[in-house]
Amino acid sequence: MMKTLLEIKNLKTHFFTHEGVVKAVDGVSLKVDRGKTLGIVGESGSGKSVTALSILRLIPQPPGKIIGGEIYFEGQDLLKLDNKEIRKIRGKKISMIFQEPMTSLDPVFTIGHEIIETIQLHQGLNKKEAREKALEILKIVGIPDVEKRIDSYPHELSGGMRQRVMIAMALSCHPTLLIADEPTTALDVTIQAQIIKLINDLKKRFHTSVILITHDLGVIAEMCDYVAVMYAGQVVEYAEVFTLFEKSLHPYTQGLSKSIPRLNKEVEKLQVIPGMVPNLLNLPPGCPFHPRCSYNFEKCRSENPELIEIEDSHLVKCHLFTEKR
Amino acid sequence: MEKLVEVKNLKKWFLIGKSPLGKKELVKAVDGVSFYIEKKEILGLVGESGCGKTTCGKAILRIINPTAGEIFFNGQDISHLSRKEMLKFRKRMMIIYQDPFGSLDPRMSIGTTIAEPMEVHKIGSKKEQEERVIQIMEKVGLFPDQINRFPHEFSGGQRQRIGIARALATNPEFIVADECVSALDVSIQAQIINLLQNLQKEFGLTLLFVAHDLSVIKHICDRIAVMYLGKIVETAPKNDLFNHPKHPYTQALLSAIPIPDPKMRGKREILMGDVPSPINPPSGCRFHTRCPLVKQICKEEEPSLKSSNNIHYVACHLVN
Repeated sequence: MMKTLLEIKNLKTHFFTHEGVVKAVDGVSLKVDRGKTLGIVGESGSGKSVTALSILRLIPQPPGKIIGGEIYFEGQDLLKLDNKEIRKIRGKKISMIFQEPMTSLDPVFTIGHEIIETIQLHQGLNKKEAREKALEILKIVGIPDVEKRIDSYPHELSGGMRQRVMIAMALSCHPTLLIADEPTTALDVTIQAQIIKLINDLKKRFHTSVILITHDLGVIAEMCDYVAVMYAGQVVEYAEVFTLFEKSLHPYTQGLSKSIPRLNKEVEKLQVIPGMVPNLLNLPPGCPFHPRCSYNFEKCRSENPELIEIEDSHLVKCHLFTEKR
Repeated sequence: MEKLVEVKNLKKWFLIGKSPLGKKELVKAVDGVSFYIEKKEILGLVGESGCGKTTCGKAILRIINPTAGEIFFNGQDISHLSRKEMLKFRKRMMIIYQDPFGSLDPRMSIGTTIAEPMEVHKIGSKKEQEERVIQIMEKVGLFPDQINRFPHEFSGGQRQRIGIARALATNPEFIVADECVSALDVSIQAQIINLLQNLQKEFGLTLLFVAHDLSVIKHICDRIAVMYLGKIVETAPKNDLFNHPKHPYTQALLSAIPIPDPKMRGKREILMGDVPSPINPPSGCRFHTRCPLVKQICKEEEPSLKSSNNIHYVACHLVN
């Protein structure tokens, strides 16, 4: 079996709006190994979610369109599949959980109904068998009293329980890839800790690969094997998690890491990245980070650097490192 | 040190309806909370959603009227003052809200927005107000030439600066900052935290910093009060609380935070269960349903906030 499960090459997803073209994802390349977790971290508007939605071809079209690139999943380019073929992959081989467990479950159906429907659709089981399966998976994700809870409506459950149901639904067909978009952001810290542990445990149990999208470096440190840092629609650094936290190279990654207050470290003043995230309608020329970068020089203002491999599995998109080579 | 704000046994109950038997159903959002804030101190009020921290902040300012209890501002009881009497205190106490998108009037230019509190409290002439607006805009990192622009032209971080400028306009002594950095991106969050710290020092402000993020609280606050289901369970100076948390809930809360260091991975104790509903909170100690150390007495008797050194207060039967 191939080690790489998913490989994205030079993905470009643009949105064609009245005000102009929003280059939400503009040349993203990534890969996810089997059984591993890739974290995608970045601030709002950096293109993390659009990258994830592009994998499943869930970009609202119009205004959005995948205008270039390849997404290889188990050796097959997902962007070349027709609608019928991609539908077989969605929910079965690749499934997704979203940030808002409140809005991503249909309020008029019981949670059992939704999970049973998924199982029936993808596994061709009859209703009774599917219900058995649903009970089993709900038990695995830690829903108490499943025989009763399976007939509950989403509003009868707490936020943490709803997220567990979402996870149960996503895992019901044993996908090879789980995409989790900010799965713990809407939850309280004590509940977040429960869900992080659950996803980590299930990943090992089912040998599922995970793409975790978050803005929280703490969650990244807790869950991921590899990390891609995104800024303005591009991956600016990609590294193994320990490398990223110990010897990050890109000025944005370094700035991000210094700008968060930490429990285990005392600092008088937080270091800040000056300015703000650029408007995607009107990106600065050259490297999109250069107006906020303290190292910027002539070339940064005119030429967008390539993402290059510095060491084994450590890639950086910055002229500071292209120059040295 | 002198106390600027003190609340005693503050309660805020909301009526949410009646049960089929005609019994009133109440959410006891804040249910008997007592604490003080010294002059020029930053007190952090931390807890999970629904614990009553925001309600508490608003009740202190009388933005919502408390159900019971006393609020002292500079030694004077303001809990029963009429609207009119309250007015002269309002300019001395302000609030910064969480949502930089919802808390600004979209039809008001930011100059008017920032000047409005001065207008309401009749401070200075039109010209003086405008000078003050420009001065305060520069202080919070906005450009004076943006004075006639409207909120939609600003990013989240800049809108939060507008909210801060507005809160500072009347030169208040006390500010409640309600989750004022929670909605911001990390790089912007750091900018606003630094700004608040600078302003606090420059103007000698007293702050009640309401937040759910303990890392932010630790960075900015002098002293911290931890809330759970409408009650304060522990209060202590920052270092005492983070180095020697005594209440099992505080310990669990600290342990639950993901630390941005993969070497610390998985080293945590995880609290089981969900936060119970504040409509029908558990008997005795409200934390007993999730507490790993629960004893019989916890289910029967409510612990009160006690301290052995008059600094570090804990409401727990096992500690006291």
